[in-house]
Amino acid sequence: MEQAALYFATMLTLAGVYAALALGLNLQWGLTGLMNFGGLGFVAVGAYTAALLTAPASASHLGGFGWPWWLAWPLAAVAGATLALPIGAVALRLRADYLAIATIGIAEIVRLAVRNEDWLTGGPLGVPGIPRPFEALGLPWGQFAYLALVAATVAGLYALAEATAQSPFGRALRAVRDDEEAAQAVGKNPARLRLQAFVLGAAFMGLGGAMLAAFFKFMGPDALDPVTATFLVWVMLIAGGSGNNRGAVLGAIAVWAVWAATDWLASQLPGDLATRAAYVRLFLIGLALQLILLTRPQGLIGERIGQR
Amino acid sequence: MESLVNFYLIPGLVLGAIYAMSATGLSLIYGVMRFAHFAHGELLSFGAYAALVAVRGLGISPWAAIPFAIVATVPLAWAADRAFYAQLRRSLPAVLLISSFATALMIRAVLYLGFGPTPLGYGLGIMPPLVWAGFRMQRRHVWIILGAAVAAALLHLLLSRTRAGRAMRAMADDPDLARITGVNVDAVIRLTWAVAAALAATAGVFLGIDTELQPVMGFNVLLASFAAAILGGIGRPWGSALGGLMLGMAEELSSYPLLDGAALLSPAYKTGVAFAVLVIMLILRPQGLFRGMG
Repeated sequence: MEQAALYFATMLTLAGVYAALALGLNLQWGLTGLMNFGGLGFVAVGAYTAALLTAPASASHLGGFGWPWWLAWPLAAVAGATLALPIGAVALRLRADYLAIATIGIAEIVRLAVRNEDWLTGGPLGVPGIPRPFEALGLPWGQFAYLALVAATVAGLYALAEATAQSPFGRALRAVRDDEEAAQAVGKNPARLRLQAFVLGAAFMGLGGAMLAAFFKFMGPDALDPVTATFLVWVMLIAGGSGNNRGAVLGAIAVWAVWAATDWLASQLPGDLATRAAYVRLFLIGLALQLILLTRPQGLIGERIGQR
Repeated sequence: MESLVNFYLIPGLVLGAIYAMSATGLSLIYGVMRFAHFAHGELLSFGAYAALVAVRGLGISPWAAIPFAIVATVPLAWAADRAFYAQLRRSLPAVLLISSFATALMIRAVLYLGFGPTPLGYGLGIMPPLVWAGFRMQRRHVWIILGAAVAAALLHLLLSRTRAGRAMRAMADDPDLARITGVNVDAVIRLTWAVAAALAATAGVFLGIDTELQPVMGFNVLLASFAAAILGGIGRPWGSALGGLMLGMAEELSSYPLLDGAALLSPAYKTGVAFAVLVIMLILRPQGLFRGMG
């Protein structure tokens, strides 16, 4: 029974992290129409920032400052935003698809740097021993308490995203997305608005990375991969309904439930079939994305403008 | 001097030829259909593995398997267009981009299922290199460069001398004008996919011969291919080809030990060169060297 509760708490915690990533992507793509295919880069920067600040001192990587999480997590969000600032400043002035290409590039560079800069990140060995908030409470309560912390953080992010979407700033972002020239004609600065949305979304992703690192208690180059850190988040947002924060959260939970359930089913299969099942899943995410685009492009709950 | 040519210039030219073929296809698709085709890398991989099947099944050399790779990859591109992109033709370019991205995941999954993640090779064996006064060149490199040159010549003939090729360029210049002057839009789109997929499949076989086969091999050159297409001015096939060559050379030369034996850039970051070139272009000359479409 306790095992089942712990498993459930693990799944919900990860769903919460994904909800944070999907909310960040929704600010960028859903609200503003910015294609970020480099989610991994922002998640990784946030995860490593939090990891290096909170982990105990170590000779194998920089830092290990042993800071408390509540000091490190905001800085992880700042780190994600800091990575977004220069790349956004360069790529956002131009066509939408150039941003998609440039963000793939930034994610690749972050991956290379994480793997090769041993002095900073510990290279392939990664950063072990990251403390998880509330783990002193022991099992299972420590894990439940961490779930509550993630849930509270996501609730805060949701409130922030919702306030953004309802605010005049959010309306201006939608205006830039839907008709840049009209927005410009009424005195909005599209380039600046886009940059602000891009940076804010990247901060959400950085914070998501921090929550992930603390949950894994370890961060290394193989702890994150583009399929789950970038592509799955896109499926979640598009399935849930891009442009709608509730859709982003709902999509994150629903798609994660399917993903985790199929993962569990696959793990019941004998050895070779289990690895193959992972590829079938990859195929199915692609197919699901296609079918949603073709049959229900607005997602489960589409964008609703002007109502709550 | 010899080591510069042997270890940097020639590999750079080979890599550049592969980028050029991939980027030219991307550029053609962009010109005719106006979207960034994110499944292009997977077309390369698919071609490479299709050739592997022919090599293993028929016992032929990978060079002879190139036609098989093309014959397998072109229908795949047509099928993806029919099933997904054609339905979304009137949507925003962003939707097509996301759809092509989903196609990429599907093709990659199929390759993983069929061949697994372990790198494979064509088993070409080791041939003595050609040697001339201290300069050495692998035979496979000679063939790859010649093959890319033939592909470029054929593409040039197609685009400049045939009615179909002229229709393709007309679509890229002004789709509405092309339509009202009687260009068969669907036929042009089919031809564009065929040309782009054939180039990608051939580039994939070349890449497999030069290195090894992996389901992500094509995705690994996608960023560089886009960078090359943007460098040359997206929508301009010749610009993309030149962009590809320049990028391949830049990538290899970036690790040249110019300063007292220390590499200019650690070879671990070689793939970052494409990104750096991309960013510099986006800042200085976003329309590309040869003024692509805005």
